[in-house]
Amino acid sequence: MELVSLFITSFIVNNIIFMQFLGTCPFLGVSKKIDTAAGMGIAVIFVITLASIITYIVHHAILVPLELEYLQTIVFILIIAALVQFVEMFLKKSAPGLYQALGIFLPLITTNCAVLGVAINNIIYEYSFVKSLVYSVGTSSGFLLAIVLFAGVRDKVDYADLPESLKGSAISLITAGLMSVAFLGFSGLQL
Amino acid sequence: MNKLQIFKNGVTTENPILVQQVGMCATLAITTSLINGIGMGVAVIAVLTGSNIVISALRKYIPDEVRIPAFVIIIAAFTTIIDLLMHAYTFALYQALGVFIPLIVVNCIILARAEAFAFKNGILDSTIDGLGMGVGYLVAMILLSSIREILGNGTILGLRILPEAYEPMMMAIQPPGAFIILGLLIGFVNYLSRRKNA
Repeated sequence: MELVSLFITSFIVNNIIFMQFLGTCPFLGVSKKIDTAAGMGIAVIFVITLASIITYIVHHAILVPLELEYLQTIVFILIIAALVQFVEMFLKKSAPGLYQALGIFLPLITTNCAVLGVAINNIIYEYSFVKSLVYSVGTSSGFLLAIVLFAGVRDKVDYADLPESLKGSAISLITAGLMSVAFLGFSGLQL
Repeated sequence: MNKLQIFKNGVTTENPILVQQVGMCATLAITTSLINGIGMGVAVIAVLTGSNIVISALRKYIPDEVRIPAFVIIIAAFTTIIDLLMHAYTFALYQALGVFIPLIVVNCIILARAEAFAFKNGILDSTIDGLGMGVGYLVAMILLSSIREILGNGTILGLRILPEAYEPMMMAIQPPGAFIILGLLIGFVNYLSRRKNA
């Protein structure tokens, strides 16, 4: 029950984009079409989950016993960068179909602060292994939800008659703000 | 390019937030009060200038193929230094900024300057570029965070400037306010630059 509640909280109530602002760059950058947005979202779920597992193990098995916690930032970003490279190479060899679909998004994910943010949050909140797994899957699914919804709205916004100065990222941010109001409605939701 | 021009570029014509729109995560998240905005801005100036200096000094020794991982390690080292310094000397601010201090590592503006400027230019020019971009970032943070603090709390740096009777606009310091106010701010900057060019 506790895990279900953690999942819902990280998925919707504390939505990673609309409430925590992690991963806003790809959210604004790769949301012009619903298919590419969905591709990015799935790639992010994949990488965040893997990265959380590995950083969790490295933190508790290597950094803590050696009292090297202050190296957390450097170690985590290296793990994420290496992981993204490996995933890319692995997919290219063994699952060309999936690679075709996710390929272009993978390099972009290294600089997606959601990945590092979730890995660090797992440590800050002192989650157990299972909890951090649930938190990672929930949070990254929240990213998929947010980016697909946003891409759908942007499709319509493109046809709207806007003042010249608001075109482009200005109206995207305002749209995201209005969607964030909707997500604010979930705040305080308890299971 | 002359030195003043490099500096001015970062603050105005290529302002990282208002024009290039990179490194938005921290911008949106921590600008709930002016002091947080200034703290984050100063931290970014320090990391950006430091990494620009080191990268431009080492640019002849870093092989082209591994330059991105090398940049990331240098940036991460500076971020860790800032993280530890803020933990030691400005603890309240450290707690307010939370996870966004280590996340300076993945702030795209720093990697972008390393790749686009520091790797190709001398130490002095790179220092000025880092300072210029950093100050541009700080200016945008100050603008956004003071608007949010005034509207959402009626105060600036904790001092009350709007009368007690003012009903704080909660929305401004809640997440939606961040998106909407930054959107309007960018729209306003677009308007100004369009008018200037017309």
